[in-house]
Amino acid sequence: MKFLFKILKDFPLYLWSGWGAIGSIFLFIALWDAGHQYYGSLVLPSPLETFTTLLGMLQDKEMQEAIQTTLTRAGIGFGIAVILGTSLGLLAGFFMTASMMSRPIVTILVGMPPIVWIVLAMIWFGMGDETVVFTVVVASFPIVFVGSLQGTRTLDGDLSEMARSFALPWHMKFFDVYFPHIFSYVFPAWVAALGMAWKIVIMAELLATSDGLGASLAVARSQLDTAGALALVVIMIASLLFIEYVILEPIKREVELWRS
Amino acid sequence: MEKLEVAGLTHHFGFTKILENINFTLQKGEVLSIVGPSGGGKTTLLHLCADLLDVTEGRVHNTFASSSFAFQEARLLPWKNVLDNIMLGLLACGEKRASALERAKKIALRFGLEESDFEKFPKDLSGGMRQRVSFARALVTKPSLLFLDEPFSALDIGLKRELQNILIEMIDKKEISILFITHDLMEAIRLSDTILLLKADPGHIVKAFTYKMPQKQRDDTFVYQESAKILQDSEIIATFELELK
Repeated sequence: MKFLFKILKDFPLYLWSGWGAIGSIFLFIALWDAGHQYYGSLVLPSPLETFTTLLGMLQDKEMQEAIQTTLTRAGIGFGIAVILGTSLGLLAGFFMTASMMSRPIVTILVGMPPIVWIVLAMIWFGMGDETVVFTVVVASFPIVFVGSLQGTRTLDGDLSEMARSFALPWHMKFFDVYFPHIFSYVFPAWVAALGMAWKIVIMAELLATSDGLGASLAVARSQLDTAGALALVVIMIASLLFIEYVILEPIKREVELWRS
Repeated sequence: MEKLEVAGLTHHFGFTKILENINFTLQKGEVLSIVGPSGGGKTTLLHLCADLLDVTEGRVHNTFASSSFAFQEARLLPWKNVLDNIMLGLLACGEKRASALERAKKIALRFGLEESDFEKFPKDLSGGMRQRVSFARALVTKPSLLFLDEPFSALDIGLKRELQNILIEMIDKKEISILFITHDLMEAIRLSDTILLLKADPGHIVKAFTYKMPQKQRDDTFVYQESAKILQDSEIIATFELELK
């Protein structure tokens, strides 16, 4: 509770530090407009046109549903990946044999291009929710797994010895000695996995479903609706930026205050 | 009567014999130090006594009501601030947070930490400060037996003397018993009632030196004289291989 309060207290200051970021985004939009003036509306619609389309889209009921569908799919996939990846990573980290055996498997999972998974999932599950969720899980699981594995494997033996010398009860050992260390590895892995999940969900939807943001993108492509496609891209990027910089980054800052 | 009794203690790591037939007894209120060259099994012996390693051969019998351990390095939890680190041992004994906090503050001030340091994380402390926190953490629980693993070796002379004086004060009041390992003979002479000399390969005790004068009365002259005397001792010369120099 105290912790949550501290995050909220530091939040305005954190937002204030964002002016530089906003400046660079505006610079990017200016370059975009320059591109528009050079290439014309069909290739690159102006930012103004894109944002007008975006506003129209956001008021459209169908589009709201599409966003919700995509968010649900990404959320479920990410949730499964986090739960599975974290718990299996912890287990593998605590046993030497398990961590040695899991390494090549993780390399395979990481090395496999997500598009291959989409194709396989389409064969296995057909066109629908399962395919998208499966691909999201498979793509983000290894990131979480590796983070959690490394967090467990790098636990400081000296600190556990110290904990033993003070005869810390198990719950203190876990919450005061092991958890903060593991969390400092797992949390950034979650953030990375979330970015991955968001990218993969769009790709999988574009190829394998008829609803959601990805499918809308496919429709925009077939109708050569460049402004619509760009507006969708803005939605995707804006939501990722929001989650990463407004929600996760402030938490990360407080959690990692002790790091040098 | 509280005491620590070590009898016939032998220890192997794999096929290497580290310690052979160690026998000694530490009575309540005594300071016993074990000196010897680095790599001679001192730390292993201390860990066996403190139950951080399992005894395989021989016996370690510890009847002290409570004990704590100060390590060579500070070993603070990097994600906890100074006070939370000091409180660790108290909370582990089930003390309430509020009273633990009070005691932690009191001992932190006594160990020369400032109030402005209380909320700092270990990364913002100097090496000496960290060692103070580590000492405070070990002593805040008022242990009846304290294990010290060369905790002064990385400190400057001033801080070393300051921490030693705190210990000497406690020894004088018979508040604490100490099992202490070091490779610094002067330090051992300043603090100990008994010094055991541990010779390496495998570690075994070759000689014991006792000092009757109360620690509080030992001045620099005494420590220098006794150090000079002990350095003439043939066993010390052989153990530390002084004749090579």
